[in-house]
Amino acid sequence: MATRQTQGLARLMRAPAIILLLIWMIVPLGMTLYYSFLNYNLLNPASVSWAGWFNYQYFYTDPAFFAAIRNTLVLVLGVLTITVVLGIAIALLIDKPIWGQGMVRILIISPFFVMPPVAALIWKNMIMHPSYGVFADIARAIGVQPVDWFAQYPLTSIIIIVAWQWLPFATLILLTALQSLDGEQMEAAEMDGAGPVSRFIHLTLPHLARAITVVVLIQTIFLLGIYAEILVTTNGGPGNASTNLTYLIYRAARLNFDIGGAAAGGIIAVILANIVAFFLMRAVGKNLD
Amino acid sequence: MARVASTRAKVGYTVAAWIVALVIFFPILYTIITSLKTEQEAIAGFNLIPSFTLSSFEAVQSQNNYWRPFTNSVILAVGSTLLALVVAIPAAWAMAFSPTKNTRGILMWMLSTKMMPAVAVLVPIYLIFLRTGLMDTRIGLTVMLMLINLPIVVWMLYTYFREIPGEILEAARMDGASLRDEILYVLTPMAVPGIASTMLLNVILAWNEAFWTIQLTTTNAAPLSAFIASFSSPQGLFWAKLSAASVMAIAPILIMGWFSQKQLVRGLTFGAVK
Amino acid sequence: MGRITLEAVTKRFGDVEVIPPLNLDIEDGEFVVFVGPSGCGKSTLLRLIAGLEDTSGGRILIDGRDATDTPPAKRGLAMVFQSYALYPHMSVRKNIAFPMRMAGVPQDEQDRRIASAAKALNLTDYLDRKPGQLSGGQRQRVAIGRAIVREPSAFLFDEPLSNLDAALRVGMRLEISELHNRLRTTMIYVTHDQVEAMTMADKIVVLRAGNIEQVGSPMELYRAPRNLFVAGFIGSPRMNLITGPEAGRHGAATIGIRPEHIRVSATEGAWQGRVGVSEHLGSDTFFYVEDTGLADTITVRAGGEIDLHHGDTVWLTPDMGHLHRFDVQGSRMA
Repeated sequence: MATRQTQGLARLMRAPAIILLLIWMIVPLGMTLYYSFLNYNLLNPASVSWAGWFNYQYFYTDPAFFAAIRNTLVLVLGVLTITVVLGIAIALLIDKPIWGQGMVRILIISPFFVMPPVAALIWKNMIMHPSYGVFADIARAIGVQPVDWFAQYPLTSIIIIVAWQWLPFATLILLTALQSLDGEQMEAAEMDGAGPVSRFIHLTLPHLARAITVVVLIQTIFLLGIYAEILVTTNGGPGNASTNLTYLIYRAARLNFDIGGAAAGGIIAVILANIVAFFLMRAVGKNLD
Repeated sequence: MARVASTRAKVGYTVAAWIVALVIFFPILYTIITSLKTEQEAIAGFNLIPSFTLSSFEAVQSQNNYWRPFTNSVILAVGSTLLALVVAIPAAWAMAFSPTKNTRGILMWMLSTKMMPAVAVLVPIYLIFLRTGLMDTRIGLTVMLMLINLPIVVWMLYTYFREIPGEILEAARMDGASLRDEILYVLTPMAVPGIASTMLLNVILAWNEAFWTIQLTTTNAAPLSAFIASFSSPQGLFWAKLSAASVMAIAPILIMGWFSQKQLVRGLTFGAVK
Repeated sequence: MGRITLEAVTKRFGDVEVIPPLNLDIEDGEFVVFVGPSGCGKSTLLRLIAGLEDTSGGRILIDGRDATDTPPAKRGLAMVFQSYALYPHMSVRKNIAFPMRMAGVPQDEQDRRIASAAKALNLTDYLDRKPGQLSGGQRQRVAIGRAIVREPSAFLFDEPLSNLDAALRVGMRLEISELHNRLRTTMIYVTHDQVEAMTMADKIVVLRAGNIEQVGSPMELYRAPRNLFVAGFIGSPRMNLITGPEAGRHGAATIGIRPEHIRVSATEGAWQGRVGVSEHLGSDTFFYVEDTGLADTITVRAGGEIDLHHGDTVWLTPDMGHLHRFDVQGSRMA
């Protein structure tokens, strides 16, 4: 239906979005790359000089950098494991015939709509607070010493909060995928003598494979950028115990005013994200045809 | 599956599902309950029955001028979404109805810009905002939020538009509709539900954005996400008031979110799961 | 008036030539069916006539005027799509009114034409429903109604019955034929179903790979298929095609004989075979005869009451007056 007159118009209509995104992608990233090779501190903005690879070397030799990389990976993997495993379990459960399924769905999806700073504050003060939190109330009720979560297990605490935020997303997507599972296929397998466990392993899991991939990859993109939860709860501490790469770069830029160093960190974050993005694009791209 | 599960099994599943749902929802529920307590009640140990006082809500409003961040959130979320729609609707329309051999590449590239970690461009964006006087302005932040959500908006609209069968547009053309008539009488009415869904999801995403809002505002343009984050400092350690502020920040979006479950799956997976 | 002439019309998608230069004359008032297997270019040809695709070469004349570069809306044609392409947000009434609204037809005239179309198509009770609330057959009628009210110089149908179930399809086939008898407007109808082609057409155009294989009335195509492709495509069950020595005896590379032109006997005849599957339709019986040494199976039509069973030996005798002979290239021999 593409006739000659519509083609030119179509090009005109695409242009603004493309140009905007092109600028948005190239200009700041180019500037980051440029700054990453400068000695540039906002506390001393008069003396800007070429730094070569110094900023990268500095990052590479900084013990905080390796702690941040490790924390980033633990955070991402921890949250992914929790959300995917629990997500499958919950999706299977609420896909069963139950009373009030709509309401159950609404309750389960809710945490996803809670903005990150609020989620972090709720958990920090209502649930995990060593004196007034619900966990402390439970501990006292059963007669054990309440845990000071953010001091003793800072990274674990953040993993719990973030997992709570993303569990609804995983559940909802897996549930959607589950509902598209062919009922006749299941019945055929049952006729063929497959029990519930082998039906799950041989039919349900392969059917969910694509949805699981999508969940893992999309969550990874967002989890690499976790920021507000850390800012509100631990400030990356104690020490660097809960500092991830995003938070480390934020600290370099905004608290140490080290523009060059933060830019070098940014470039490293881009490389990391690109590795993940590569796989995501392949998974999503197949759906276009 | 045309089989009726036994009632006993259904009772079992129902109980289990409701327990899971309530555990997951509990932090939100408890925050709502606490927001209705007095400060003394709030720190007096576990208690699910509040005294239903609204004093904390009043206190948050009078002491912290809650309406300013609330207004900012509304302006930023709605403004950035509308701005994104203005740019994205023509683009998505063109790609859905006059695809070229580059369309696929362009869409994938747009998606890839969403993969760029925000922190990677923190330095230049921060400096640009400082130097151009955009720091702590609504206009600057609106444009930022528009840019970061633009790829999702284009994608969502594209997947919706593509579901409008091409034969209908051809039928309109055969029926004598000009391009203007086609857009006005056929395309727009059919696209409105998709546009509305896209809008809803993006208002939610923009409302909850908490990296750039915190980095690029101080007081004037700070939306709720930045406002609430400031409660992490010691002055905020008042449980009931904190809960009241939290409830006010999440309530509107929570309700919108309940209406957009299906679109959420679609929007956030770029149409890969429907 | 609705006389359509194609002069060396060509269509290329990139480097692929889907329609090589093609000439065709469609007379005013004719019911023309384009038939062929999927991918033969029949829909593309229809869309070229409609103006929904640009031609790569050649001219399209409508009533003698060059319409090659005329936009679809200005060609005075109406089209019924395979998916019906109804506007889902408009009521049946608004759907039917849409082309008139676009053309600026006065309101009272619109109402008059809607009422008469609705009456003719049995849609009067459904005028205020949305397409989503209608059955497949009703949607089809709305699509036809939308085409009628434009009073076009020709109707274009793109496989309009393929989404209907078998019983409805027969009913709609009759309705469309009746419509043509009543309006006497040119109709161009695309289908892959040779039964639709045979039953409805004044003139059938058989297409393969963008080429016209044969043009003619249904009976012309039935009696004298120009080549093996047309022979195999027109007629149901298909014509039996026999190669080898038996064909050689008739001085041809291939001979064809339709199932209805073979006599069956339990005792004597030209060819001996064994009954494989038999299909009893009541009025007729089709035998699939095996082990004749001529072809894998020979299909034969016999009367409904014949008493032959699986495994029985039968004798077949072709009616020589209806034997078709084809040369090595597959063309009909005189």
